[in-house]
Amino acid sequence: MGYRVFIHAAAVVVAVTVLAPFAWLLISSIAAPADLLSRPLHWIPAHPSLSRYENVLFNPQNGSAATFRAGMRNSAIVAASSVAISLGVGIFGAYAFARLRFRFRRAILLLFLSTYMLPPIALVISLYLTMARLHLLDTRLGLILVYCSFITPFVLWIMSGYFQSIPRELEDAARIDGCTRIGALFRVILPLARSGILATALFGFLLAWDEFLYALIFTSSLNSKTIPVAIAEFTGRHTVNFGMQATGGILASLPPLAIAFVFQRYLVGGLASGAVKG
Amino acid sequence: MGVVQTKEARPAVPRGSGPWRRLFSREGPTAVVLLLPSLIVVFGIIIYPLLKTLYTSFFAVDSAFPGHYPFVGLGNYAHVLRTGEFWDAVGHTAYFTVLTTFLEVFFGLLIGLLLNTDLKGRWLFRSIVILPWALPTIVNGAMWRWIFNADYGALNALLTQLHIISHYKAWLGDPWTALNMVAVADIWKNTPLAAFFILAALQTIPGDLYEAARVDGAGRLRSFFSITLPLLMPTIVIILVLRTMEAFKVFDIIYVMTGGGPANGTETVAYYTYVEAFSNQLFGEGAALAYIIAIFILFFAIIYMRMLQRGEVEY
Repeated sequence: MGYRVFIHAAAVVVAVTVLAPFAWLLISSIAAPADLLSRPLHWIPAHPSLSRYENVLFNPQNGSAATFRAGMRNSAIVAASSVAISLGVGIFGAYAFARLRFRFRRAILLLFLSTYMLPPIALVISLYLTMARLHLLDTRLGLILVYCSFITPFVLWIMSGYFQSIPRELEDAARIDGCTRIGALFRVILPLARSGILATALFGFLLAWDEFLYALIFTSSLNSKTIPVAIAEFTGRHTVNFGMQATGGILASLPPLAIAFVFQRYLVGGLASGAVKG
Repeated sequence: MGVVQTKEARPAVPRGSGPWRRLFSREGPTAVVLLLPSLIVVFGIIIYPLLKTLYTSFFAVDSAFPGHYPFVGLGNYAHVLRTGEFWDAVGHTAYFTVLTTFLEVFFGLLIGLLLNTDLKGRWLFRSIVILPWALPTIVNGAMWRWIFNADYGALNALLTQLHIISHYKAWLGDPWTALNMVAVADIWKNTPLAAFFILAALQTIPGDLYEAARVDGAGRLRSFFSITLPLLMPTIVIILVLRTMEAFKVFDIIYVMTGGGPANGTETVAYYTYVEAFSNQLFGEGAALAYIIAIFILFFAIIYMRMLQRGEVEY
């Protein structure tokens, strides 16, 4: 009995610790500036309003609002494109690692895995010099290519683990019925791996949405600036305008929070088994 | 027909005659075709830039002298290793890494155990706990920066209203406190991942182990230390290694919360590298710094992959 009370109390403490900063972010986005800057602080805003959201989403005049909007759009395009390219490229490589026997297989796999762990700072200097020469700085295309440098190894890593979990017999049966290896891959394995592919794609999207260092260095205008860069710049410049910063932050968090909330089991299960089993 | 035949239907890999036959076994050509796109990506945007960074690190690439990049050999490395600011950054990074990694695993373990109990409303609790992990790092940093704000921050307001402190404190105003406050923000965000890794491991522990322990008269605490903790150890070590690698390259939360300040007190190695390469435009020195970080992280990556190999059957 005491034990059950204890675990429920502990759960409440954890939930409050997790939710309180979020709640403050949300309140700040709808509170009037006077409430946010008052002493003693007004925790519950006297006149909550959604005007900042309206501003960020629709106001064509406001510069910060336009930057947030462009940032969201750029982030969505860059994240979706780099995930699509990485999946298109990485799935076949992952399958080769999971099923085929070939020389240097182990060495190449380790090479791929270790590239995923490389700090971006190790690549960013020469990528910057190269992209400057190719006139890819401040373009979404440049950013999409660079993002493949961490999403493709991720896809290879997670998907090769996933393919291994699919029983070999299913594929063998298809091949006895006359499929080639590639035919069996398309007709049997990929349909079976749908949920793994979806989880990998969602996770890759989260990685790209969250990325900051490359975006900070490679982007400079509304052409390509992503939402984390827009928020960081706004935060540095207007420390006191937290209402607007909170609104941008909430909007930027909606896609990843929605993904995490809906697919939590699936994402974390896949990630944990991938990281522990390799 | 033939499902029974499958094993025999796959002929043994033929013994190679020429070097190419040995290089690629029977499945080699298919593997090459399937791997080619990934190899192009990995070599084009990872291996090539990595080698080019190494090359750059041997030259004095300084935007103040365009077109004149003298070869300095290991000079950039030597210069970096003699700089006090670099060693300060190493100290901050080491402290940050040890503190956050340890506390994330510790709290992750507690929360993971909690998530594994027969809690009422467990689904909701689980969904709440994962949220910080999904919050973009920059939003997390901006949020905590505002919470720690010296004049209008929620932390100061809360602590004074609860009469814990009497005067507003500048949480990000002195180097030592600021470093710890950045760690708080990082721990708040990254603990859920540790918790979920531990939950996943807990769920693979068979229940009859606890059954047997109870029959033998072991209490909850006893079975935790003799069954749960030993079985969690591989997962805990993996989280420690992964988090260490992540923490060692920490950049974005520092950038948005403190900008390395005050008085460079929160400057980490990755942040220092960024400043040298992109604010001071010393690309050669930045490249040398980047290599120092990469070598350190690769060291941990090798440990990690060794551990993965040990746990594997298939490879």
